[in-house]
Amino acid sequence: MSRLVVFLIPVVVIAIFWAMARYESRIAHDPNRKTFFQRNGTALSITFIGLVAFWTLFLVALPYLYMGVESFHPRLPPLERGGPKDFLTVEQYRSFFVTPSDGSWNTTHMGAFVFTIVVSAAVTALNFVICYPLAYYMAQAGTAQKVRLLMLGLIVPYWVNEILRAFSLRLLLASKGLINQILMGLGLTDAPIDFLGNNTGLYVGLSYAYLLVMIFPLYNAIESLDKNQIEAARDLGAPWWRIHKDVVMPYAKPGIAAGCTMVFMLSAGSLAAPQFLGGPRTLWFTSIVYDFFFQAFNWPRGAAYAFILLAACIAFVMLMLRLFKVSLGETIK
Amino acid sequence: MSSGVELDHITVRFGQFTAVNDVSLNIRGGEFFSFLGPSGCGKTTILRTVSGFLDPSQGSVRIAGQDMTGLGPNRRPTALIFQNLALFPLMTVAENIAYGLRVRGASKAERKKRADELLNLIALPDQGQKLVGELSGGQKQRVAIARALAVEPKVLLLDEPLSALDLKLRQHMRNELREIQKRVGITFIYITHDQGEALTMSDRIAVMNDGVIEQVGGGKAIYDEPSTTFVASFVGENNAFAGKVVRADKSGAVIETTFGELRGRNPKDLQPGESAILFVRPESLKLGKGSNGTSFSSNVLNVAFEGNASHIFLKGASKKAVTLTVGRLDGGKVPAQGVTAAVSYDPELGLVLPVGRMARE
Repeated sequence: MSRLVVFLIPVVVIAIFWAMARYESRIAHDPNRKTFFQRNGTALSITFIGLVAFWTLFLVALPYLYMGVESFHPRLPPLERGGPKDFLTVEQYRSFFVTPSDGSWNTTHMGAFVFTIVVSAAVTALNFVICYPLAYYMAQAGTAQKVRLLMLGLIVPYWVNEILRAFSLRLLLASKGLINQILMGLGLTDAPIDFLGNNTGLYVGLSYAYLLVMIFPLYNAIESLDKNQIEAARDLGAPWWRIHKDVVMPYAKPGIAAGCTMVFMLSAGSLAAPQFLGGPRTLWFTSIVYDFFFQAFNWPRGAAYAFILLAACIAFVMLMLRLFKVSLGETIK
Repeated sequence: MSSGVELDHITVRFGQFTAVNDVSLNIRGGEFFSFLGPSGCGKTTILRTVSGFLDPSQGSVRIAGQDMTGLGPNRRPTALIFQNLALFPLMTVAENIAYGLRVRGASKAERKKRADELLNLIALPDQGQKLVGELSGGQKQRVAIARALAVEPKVLLLDEPLSALDLKLRQHMRNELREIQKRVGITFIYITHDQGEALTMSDRIAVMNDGVIEQVGGGKAIYDEPSTTFVASFVGENNAFAGKVVRADKSGAVIETTFGELRGRNPKDLQPGESAILFVRPESLKLGKGSNGTSFSSNVLNVAFEGNASHIFLKGASKKAVTLTVGRLDGGKVPAQGVTAAVSYDPELGLVLPVGRMARE
């Protein structure tokens, strides 16, 4: 029952907005203003509304609502769904903190969660450190020809699919892989370094996977900066790092925020790179979610975990935006 | 007087293109010096060379006697005011002004004191907390000047900073710039293609064309005694009459033009037979017939009334009309379009120069 009730929410919301629009048009009606239907014709209007409704309801609102509802239910075999055992519960959310079977703290999952957030934040920072100089070079310093070449060099590797990219990186970093062979050949190390076990592979893979997501917002933001601003700062005596700190970065802040937000979100929610490149003991939070859905067939708990991740990511991003004094609107400019 | 700027055989090349060709110049300390020339003449290149954004291909810049070679713009005792001002939009007015002090590590109190001082100098007291975007065009202009002055440069470089302003404000800012320069007493180097600006503000002007300096001198000298055809045709309006010298004596030369023989001063000592151009400014021409050699007549093509003066356009030898300017109070009737009018001039106001490059219209 409760599932059906929830699906009424969008209908109720739409009804409320429609009623508000009717009320508005009654008290402040402009007789010269044509209605939506008068402007576009009946057929076209219905098509527009239908498409928008399909998009927002079926592709956006309903799936999340369904998952949201699911996460507040116990896990039941299909026959018992809707039966007496099917009641609303926060058990799935609680299970993230407390192991249901023995009542002890669920350190495994909480640990994986913290690890995921911390590593994603670190990957975001690393990505920014790599991408900012590149983006600055492309936007302000480089000649048009070199920038085109660099752009090509950045984009073309992304034609390669993710699996191939991840496994090639694995080959490179494996204990008998090229990098270890070179290191040993040079005598820098006696035994191979376990790059995959110590998660180096994971960090590299994640950073590389979202390079473009970081570079393009940065490039966009820096590109529109007036060169004279940089020269003015330099002329007034600023060394190069001050120019970046005082002029370029404040100007590019919306781009930086957009890039960092996206890289962080994507990284925290990534599935492939942690599975292929993570060490054997590395537990990425999305892998746990994945396992609940597809290994344990425990959709309610998987959904609850996914929402915990979503909420945490949003909270983290909001906190960062607040810290760096960027409004959410600016990041999507 | 020690903060002069010396340009020593400066040449700047961009690939095959020579923007500045072997320019040597001595700008005195405390002088308001202008580079005047059409766009592409190399004046901005010189400014960027002095400020340190460009390294000359050859030659060197000395400021206050010190060789600046190898010093970046952040290490030169110059401050540049950009054409678009380049104020920092995310900083307040006071932060903009004090930025140069901030990067030099000045304390907060020191910065505030200096910013207040400069805000007073530019007559914008108590506007320090505003954002740059809230200011008007003229106010931004003044903030840019204050920001540059805050670092106490020995030389202030200005790259056509008035070009974005409307006419009234531009004229007002000319006086204000001159005032500020007198008050702070440092060397100003001003770049402009607007001769009005150069003439009204400068102690001396260098007229540039195609990467070389055509003439250096005070505004009056440049206007009255142009030394090349380019300067004569670029600075102010001028009528040019081409011809061959037929006679030359102590008082001047006579050249044979399409309007007959015309006389003018001959500072370059041209000899009979040489090709020459006679320049007579529109305001030097008078209506009415004069003595032989300083008078001619032509058809009136058009008359333009401009309030304080009228411009009469006469049919010239080429497509370009001969212009004659009559002040409103000069008396005399302005001829109607289509009639033939006789004009004359004082031979002292005619100038005969050897044929050379002319300014593009």
